[in-house]
Amino acid sequence: MTDLISMVVAKYNYWIYITLMMIGLYAMIAKNNLVKKIVGMNIFQTAIILFYVSIGVKKGATIPILEHGHGPNAHHVVHAVDYINPLPHVLMLTAIVVGVATLGVALALAIRIYNNYNTLEEDEILAQVREK
Amino acid sequence: MSEQYPALLVIVPLLSALVVSVAGWVNKRWCFPIAVAALSVSAWSSVGLLFRVLNEGVIVYKLGGWSPPMGIAYYIDYLNGLVLPVVSIVALLNLISSKRTVEQQFPDKTGPFYTLYVLMVTGLLGIVVTGDAFNLYVLLEIASLTGYGLLAMGEERAPLATLNYLYMGTIGACFYLLGIGYLYIVTGSLNMVDIARLLPPLYQSKAVLAAFIICMVGVWLKMAFFPLHAWLPNAYTFANSASSSLIAPLVTKVMVYVMIRLMLTIFTPKFVFNTLAVHDAVVWLAVIAIAMGAVLALKERNLKKMLTYIVVAEVGYMVGGAWLGNRAGLTGAVLHIVNDALMTLCVFLVVGNIVYKIKGYAFGDLKGLFAKMPFTMGAFVIGALSIIGVPPTCGFFSKWYLILGAIQAHQYGFMVALLFSSLINVVLFFRVFEIGFYEPFSDHEGHEHHPAVMAEAPLTMLVPLYVVAISLILVGLYTGDIVNHIVQFVIPKGFM
Amino acid sequence: METITSIRPLLAVLVSLLIIPLVVVSSRSPNVRETWTFVAAVAKFLIVLSMLPAILRGTEIVYTVVQFMPGAAIKFRVDALGMLFALVSSSLWIITSAYSIGYMRGLKEHGQTRYFCFFAICLSATIGAAFSANLLTLYLFYEILSLATYPLVTHHQDLEARSSGRKYLLYVVGASIGLVLPAMLICYNLAGTLEFSKNGILAGTAASPSLLFILLFMFVFGFAKSAIMPMHSWLPAAMVAPTPVSALLHAVAVVKVGVFSIVRILTGVFGIQLLSSSHLGMAVCCVAAFTILVGSFIALSQDGLKRLLAFSTIAQLSYIVLGVALLSPKGMTGGMLHIAMHAFGKITLFFCAGAIFVATGKKNISEMIGIGRRMPVTMAAFFIASLSIIGMPPCGGFISKWYLALGTLQAHQIGFLVVLLFSSLLNACYFIPITYKAFFCRPEDAMFENKVQEAPVFCVVPLVITATISVILLFYPQPFLRLARMMVQSITGV
Repeated sequence: MTDLISMVVAKYNYWIYITLMMIGLYAMIAKNNLVKKIVGMNIFQTAIILFYVSIGVKKGATIPILEHGHGPNAHHVVHAVDYINPLPHVLMLTAIVVGVATLGVALALAIRIYNNYNTLEEDEILAQVREK
Repeated sequence: MSEQYPALLVIVPLLSALVVSVAGWVNKRWCFPIAVAALSVSAWSSVGLLFRVLNEGVIVYKLGGWSPPMGIAYYIDYLNGLVLPVVSIVALLNLISSKRTVEQQFPDKTGPFYTLYVLMVTGLLGIVVTGDAFNLYVLLEIASLTGYGLLAMGEERAPLATLNYLYMGTIGACFYLLGIGYLYIVTGSLNMVDIARLLPPLYQSKAVLAAFIICMVGVWLKMAFFPLHAWLPNAYTFANSASSSLIAPLVTKVMVYVMIRLMLTIFTPKFVFNTLAVHDAVVWLAVIAIAMGAVLALKERNLKKMLTYIVVAEVGYMVGGAWLGNRAGLTGAVLHIVNDALMTLCVFLVVGNIVYKIKGYAFGDLKGLFAKMPFTMGAFVIGALSIIGVPPTCGFFSKWYLILGAIQAHQYGFMVALLFSSLINVVLFFRVFEIGFYEPFSDHEGHEHHPAVMAEAPLTMLVPLYVVAISLILVGLYTGDIVNHIVQFVIPKGFM
Repeated sequence: METITSIRPLLAVLVSLLIIPLVVVSSRSPNVRETWTFVAAVAKFLIVLSMLPAILRGTEIVYTVVQFMPGAAIKFRVDALGMLFALVSSSLWIITSAYSIGYMRGLKEHGQTRYFCFFAICLSATIGAAFSANLLTLYLFYEILSLATYPLVTHHQDLEARSSGRKYLLYVVGASIGLVLPAMLICYNLAGTLEFSKNGILAGTAASPSLLFILLFMFVFGFAKSAIMPMHSWLPAAMVAPTPVSALLHAVAVVKVGVFSIVRILTGVFGIQLLSSSHLGMAVCCVAAFTILVGSFIALSQDGLKRLLAFSTIAQLSYIVLGVALLSPKGMTGGMLHIAMHAFGKITLFFCAGAIFVATGKKNISEMIGIGRRMPVTMAAFFIASLSIIGMPPCGGFISKWYLALGTLQAHQIGFLVVLLFSSLLNACYFIPITYKAFFCRPEDAMFENKVQEAPVFCVVPLVITATISVILLFYPQPFLRLARMMVQSITGV
C-alpha cells in the first residue's frame, strides 16, 4: 500500500494528467450536450499540455535564461543541469495554438448545428435527423 | 532550384493560401487560378524530388539551415518520395475537377474554400515530407483543422458529422502527441532518425512500449482503422463532393504512410516485429476491418456511403499488409497507398460528376446512368475494376503482393479476407452497374431503340477523371518498375 | 526449341481494341461501323496466320510486354496449342461478324455499337489468352473476357438478362477471384514462377499430394468458363444473349478459353509426369466423365433449342478435358483437336438456331416441326453440324472422337471409352429427332407453309460456310491436326 502511495506521489504529474485526460474523455463520450463535449475535448488537450510541461521540470533548476550572460560579472560557462528543459514548453506553445484553433473550429461547427436544429442536445438532433 | 524542392513543396502552397484568401476579398475569380498554380508548383517539385531520390538516394533538407537535432529537417527517402507525388497530383487533379462543383454548390464561398483546400494540401504534404516527429503533429493538425472546415461545407448533416470527426480526430492527434512525448522523455530527441538511433538500447523500456502503442492507436484513429472508423462514413458522405474527393483518397492514405514511417523509421522493424511480436493480433484486426468494411458497405443503399465503407475496408488492406512482417506484405501496403489513393479518387470524382448533374447519389438516383453519362460511368467501371482487383488495373497488383505476403506469413485468414472483400466488391459495384444499366429499361422487351439523352459532366471534370482512370491502368502496367526502382528500397535491408 | 521474338502476338491482341474508337465514332453510319469490325477481324486473322508457318516449323514466338517480378510478366508465347485455338477463334470471328450483321439488323436490336465494341474486346481477350506464356497473363485475359462478355450476355437489358447476368458473374468471376487467384498465388509462392513449362512448374516443388489435389481442383473449378459440373449452370443461363454471342462466345471463345486454361494448367503447370504419378489426372477424368454423361442426359430433356445446345456444349467441353487428362498421346491429340472440331460444328448449330429465330421467331424445338421445308438450307447445315458433334463421318468431329477413343485405349481406360460411346449415342438421341421432324413429318403436322423462306443472306451464308468447313475438316484436318500433334509431341516426346 505504501509502495503504491509512494509511486503515485513520486510520479504525481503523470497521475494528474491521466486523471485529467480521463475526465475529458468521459465528458466527450458520456455528455449529451455538444458544447460539454467540446469542453471535455479541451480538457483532454490541456492534460497533454500539462504532461509536456511537467516533463521539462527539474528539481532545483531555473528557467533557461543565462543569469550572468552580460555585464561585468558575465561568465559564459553554461551548466545544462542548472536549467529546466525549455523545449517541451516551447513545443506546447504550438500545441496551445492548435488547441485554440480546434476549439474555434468546434465551436463554429456547434453554431452551425444550432442554426440547423435549434438545439445542442445530441439526442434531440439525432431524433430530428431520423424524422427527415 | 532543385535543391529547394522540399521547401517549395510546402512553402508555396502555404503562402499562396494567404494570397488566395486575400484574392477572395478582391476578386473571387482569381482564387482558382492561384490555387492551381500553387499546387502545380507542389506537384512539379514533388515529381522532381522523386527523380532526385531515384538518382541520388535519400535527401536531407535542413529548414533554415539549422541542422538536426536542433533544427527541423525534411527527409525525403524512397517512401515519401513515392507518396509525395501521389498526394500532390491527386490534390491537383481534384482541384481542377472541383472548379465547376464549387461554382455550383457554394458560389459565394470560393475564397474560403480554396484557402482551406490549399492549406490542407500544405498540411498533408508537410506530414509526408517532414523528418521531425513534433512537426508532424503540427502539420497533422493543420491538415485536420482545414479538413474539418472543408467537410463541414456540405449537406445539412455535415456539421454534426464533422464535429464527431473533430472529436475523434483530436483524440487521435493527442494520442500521437502523447506517444511522442514519451519518446522524448526516453530519448530527448524529436528528430525521427535521431530517435531511431537512440532507441535500440531502450527497446525493453516500458516507456517505449507505451509510446509505440499510444502512437499507433492515435494513428489508427486518424486513419479510421476498424473499430475506430465510426467517424468516417458520415463525415465523408455528407460533405460537398469536391472536399470528399480530396479527403477520402488522401487523409487515410497519408495516415497509413505515417504508420509505416513510425514502424520502419522511428521504431524500426526489429522492435515492431521481434521485440513486440503482436503483429499476428494486428493482422487479425485488419482481417476484421476488411470483412466488416465489406459487410457494412453491402448494407448501404447509397453510392457515396458505400464507397466510404470501401475506404474503411481498404485501410484494413494496408494495415494488414504492413503488419504481415514480410517483404511482400510491406511492398503490397506501400503500393496500395499509391493505388488506393488513385482509385478512391477515381470513384469519388465519379460521384462528384454524378452529384453535379443528377443532384443525388442514392441508388435510386442512378437509374439509366450509363445512357445519361456514359463517359463518367466508363471511368467508374475502370475505378471499380481496380478496387475489385481485376488485372491490368493497379488494384490487382497491390492485392497480388498483399496475398503473396499473407501466404508467405502463413496468415491465411488475411488471404481469405482479401478474397472475400474482392468478391463483395464485385457484388457492390455490379449492383450499381445493374441500376445504371437496366433500370429504366426493365419494363421493355429491349428490342426497340432507346434514344439516350446524354447529360454528361463538363470537360473540366471529365478530363481529370480520365487522367486518373488511365493512370490506374498505367500504374498497374508499370508496377514492376515502381517496385524495382522505388518500393524495394523502402524496405530496410535485412528485412525478410 | 528455337524461339523468335516478335511483336506480332501483341498486335494480334491489340488490333481489335484499336478499332473500338473507330467503331464508336462511326456509330451513326452502321455500314462504316461494320466495315471497321471486318477490317479488324480480317487483320487479326491475317496476323495470326502470318505466325502459322513459323509455328509449323517448330519454332515459338515470344514477346514480353512488361515484367512485374521474376517469373510473372505480361508475356506472350505462341506455341502449337495456342496457335490452334487462335486460328479457330480468329477465323470464326470473321464469319460471326457477318452473321452478327444479319442477325442484329434482322431483329433491329438496340445498342448495336456497344455490341460490336464489346465483341471486339472479347476477341482481343481470347487471342490474348491463347497466346499467354504464363498463368498471370492467362488470368488477366480470362478476367477481361469475363467482364467484357457481361454486357453482351445482358444485351437485352430486361429482367431475364439481369438475372442471367448475375448468375454469369457469380459463377465466372466469383470462381476466378475466389479460386484461381489464390491458387495462382500459392503456385507462385511454391514454384517462384508462373511461366508454363513443358514439365510443369509444380513438378519438383515441395507441395504435398493433398495440396496438389486442392490446387488442381481450385483451378479446374475456378476456370468456371469450362462449365465443368457443378460450375456449369451459368452457360444455359447465358443463352439469353443474342445468338451470335452464344455462337461465338458460348460455343467457341469464352468456353474454350475455360477449357484451354485447364489444358494449360494440366500440361504447363502440373505437367503430365506429376499428374500421372499422383493419379490426379484420373480424378480430373472422373469429373469430366460425370459432366459428359449428365450434360448429355439433361440435353435430352430440353425443349429450348439454345438451351439444348448449351447442355450439349457443356458435355462436349468435358471431352476436351477428358482427352487431355487421360495423359495418353492419342487422347491429348484428340482433346486438342476437339477444340477446333467442336467449334466449327457447334457454331453452325447456333447459327442455325439464330437463323430460325430471325426468320420465324421460334425458339423451341416443339415449334419447329416441318421447318425443314421452309428453311431447307439452314436445316441441312444443322444436320451436318449435328453429325459432326455426334462424331460421325462425313464430318470433322469424327476425327477428334476417333483420337479420343484411341486415347482411352492407349491409357487402358475402357470405362472412359464406354462413356464416350454412350455419350455419342445420347448426342444422336437429342440431335437426330430435330432434323427428322424438320424434314420428315407428315404434311398435316407441319407448322410452316411449304414455301422456302430463309433468313437474311448474312445469316445463311455464314452457316453454310461453317457447315462446309466441318465437312472439309474430315478430309483435310490440317493444320489443326498437325498443330495438336506437335503440341502433344513437345509435351510427351512421343
